Amino acid sequence: MSTTAIDVHAGHHHPKGVWPWIMRWVTTTNHKDIGTLYLTFSLVMLFVGGALAWVIRAELWEPGMQFVQPHVFNQMTTVHALVMVFAAIMPAFAGFANWMIPMLIGAPDMALPRLNNWSFWLLPFATGLLILTFFLPGGAPAAGWTMYPPLVLQQGASLPFSIFAVHLLGLSSIMASINIIVTIMNMRAPGMSLMKMPMFCWTWLITAYLIIIAMPVLAGAVTMLLTDQFFGTSFFSAAGGGDPVMYQHIFWFFGHPEVYIIILPAFGIISQVIPAFSRKPLFGYAAMVYATAAIAFLSLIVWAHHMFTVGMPLGGQLFFMLSTMLIAIPTGVKVFNWTATMWRGSLTFETPMLFALGFLFMFTIGGFSGLMLAIAPADFQYHDSYFVVAHFHYVLVPGALFGAFAGAYYWLPKWTGVMYDEKLGRWHFWLSTIFVNLTFFPQHFLGLAGMPRRIPDYAVQFADFNMMSSIGAFGFGAAQLLFVWIVIKAVRGKGEKAADKPWEGAEGLEWTVPSPAPHHTFDTPPVIK
Amino acid sequence: MSAATHPSDRYYVPHGTHWPILGSIGLFLITGGFAMWLNRVPAGKWIAWTGAAILAVMLFGWFGEVIKESVKGLYNDQVDKSFRWGMAWFIFSEVAFFAAFFGALFYARQLAVPWLAGEGNNFYTNVLLWPEFENAWPTSGPAGQPFETIPAWGVPALNTAILLTSGVTITIAHHMLRANKRLALKIWLAATFLLGFIFLGFQAEEYVHAYRDLGLRLDSAGIYGSTFFMLTGFHGLHVLIGSIMLFVVWLRVMRGHFTPERHFAFEAVAWYWHFVDVVWLGLFIFVYWL
Ligand SMILES: [Cu+2]
Repeated sequence: MSTTAIDVHAGHHHPKGVWPWIMRWVTTTNHKDIGTLYLTFSLVMLFVGGALAWVIRAELWEPGMQFVQPHVFNQMTTVHALVMVFAAIMPAFAGFANWMIPMLIGAPDMALPRLNNWSFWLLPFATGLLILTFFLPGGAPAAGWTMYPPLVLQQGASLPFSIFAVHLLGLSSIMASINIIVTIMNMRAPGMSLMKMPMFCWTWLITAYLIIIAMPVLAGAVTMLLTDQFFGTSFFSAAGGGDPVMYQHIFWFFGHPEVYIIILPAFGIISQVIPAFSRKPLFGYAAMVYATAAIAFLSLIVWAHHMFTVGMPLGGQLFFMLSTMLIAIPTGVKVFNWTATMWRGSLTFETPMLFALGFLFMFTIGGFSGLMLAIAPADFQYHDSYFVVAHFHYVLVPGALFGAFAGAYYWLPKWTGVMYDEKLGRWHFWLSTIFVNLTFFPQHFLGLAGMPRRIPDYAVQFADFNMMSSIGAFGFGAAQLLFVWIVIKAVRGKGEKAADKPWEGAEGLEWTVPSPAPHHTFDTPPVIK
Repeated sequence: MSAATHPSDRYYVPHGTHWPILGSIGLFLITGGFAMWLNRVPAGKWIAWTGAAILAVMLFGWFGEVIKESVKGLYNDQVDKSFRWGMAWFIFSEVAFFAAFFGALFYARQLAVPWLAGEGNNFYTNVLLWPEFENAWPTSGPAGQPFETIPAWGVPALNTAILLTSGVTITIAHHMLRANKRLALKIWLAATFLLGFIFLGFQAEEYVHAYRDLGLRLDSAGIYGSTFFMLTGFHGLHVLIGSIMLFVVWLRVMRGHFTPERHFAFEAVAWYWHFVDVVWLGLFIFVYWL
């Protein structure tokens, strides 16, 4: 069977002039172009979200009110979270999926290329809707990214804008997920059976299922907020027989899987990088697949661990506590297998491997603090404190974001055709690692000592750790400029020419094609051994 | 690349497309305009309608282009299968969307209302908030207005029969398509979307009745009214979309599209129609009947 790709737009890849150049990117249906768009967009939004975080850390530099009013502070925490989750991290992994999945499974492109274009091009508009709210009377949403009623219904003009932004962001990620599922189900090269797929494809396949289960539920939840506010419904109002706690249940039915939507693609990248630099195949491939599926399934039945303090029957507390702790088992399998992959491997520590190892250590710290939070009676103490902030930032920053960095350095030679600057890459890793720990590790202590999250001012005994945290945040943000510089250098072709397979121990179809990968990767189906 | 030199066993990579960006602009104007409208900015209405028009143009253009390519025979089995998988998982995501509202219904009915009435360890909730409030369903809550519900065995039962019948008629139409009996196909397909529109007519009439005579309103019938109108409203919207899609497929049949072997669009719409049918059964049982 021949599945030759037909290059219908050969010859106009490099149009002349500004307008044709813009339209080339706006109308492209090529998975690599769209992947590049996703990655570029997410990098820009990383800095937007980071700038908001800087405002937060500047305000918390010392006790007292320094720079912003409390209401502005609340806008910062809310929009920082929304931007980072929906406009930075999720699109970053969608970019990896676009670039890599067709190459990894030997397909010529994504299965639904036009839909793919729309998935991306909804994003800037949806994010624009959100960012525009800063210029409205009452400012941007300020009730926290979870948008709990009744508080969220008491803010200014931004509510419908942020709700519709969430709708559009959800639509974008649902369409991207359908595309990824269809691509993996239907576009694998002959001989590429599911259990031969690289782990990155597996983790994204499972992530995509989580997205199409969880995102519509979020859409439903915020729709109910909208009708409660503007059409007189009483979903979340006890006066009409509704219940504000019901919102929390529906939100977290989305919210907890969202955590895995963010981290599973990073798991996939780590599962590619660690074997490559250990020069050994991934330990326990099948177990990794089943563990990923088990994590995803469990993630759907643990949501109320975010709500131990809102008032729930004892049976509910026990169920959600135990189901949450159960997730530690498949996660433990994954961490064990990554470690076992390195066991007696011949390890080298290029930048992708450094980020993967950083991920392994620091994600595990976040995992352990998650276990602490899962214990319902202990959570009564930790809830809504800086301990929670420390926990999820360990999962998201040295977890998900480091996973994305590992993947970016690993595949940059394939994307650009040149080796990135290894020396600067290592600087980037070490600065990021030092500063990320300086930022978030002290927050554990702050939380345990009783500092609540989402406040612009605090008692004087928290001053030292907060100042450390702020120094770390400024340093971490600045260190990311190094990454931008490294990427720009590589994209402009400044650097050593990359071989087809620049990593000695790397395996996979992407290394069988030239660097940079041609616009259409596989004109004829590759041979799968 | 011309269609003639396009063997059907090759992968089809579509060229660049302008439709998605148009769709994004349309959705941006619809949502932004609607949000302004909700904030009582008069211009919002017109911005939203402009966006709707742009979205309509995009839908016509995009589907039109795909239909043209399909008729030209550019799509091979692999593309056909991709479309099928895509539609199936899209319907799956729609199921998840309805699940949120069914979840709200079950939660309110089984937990929130009893708790508000003092069940479990919520004695003081009841005593301190609304000591007069008692657990009952349907309810408009402690501060809602009195209302009556629509009895299940009147028009809703008739509507159930109508939708179930339409599920049968579309299946017959599918068999006729596969047997290449075009006239029967046209008749059974027309019957299907007509049943869809009849269903919508009855629903509209019931809404008027509910608002005018029963006091069953979105804004005063509390949690019952909220879940009732949210579930039936979104379902009705899906019936409307489904009926329009059936109508479009019927127009395509009239123009001679689809062969006994290849008729993805027909099947996709049929799946969607069955999905709408199943959601209605859930509605009939849990909203009207029990
Ligand atoms: Cu959780």
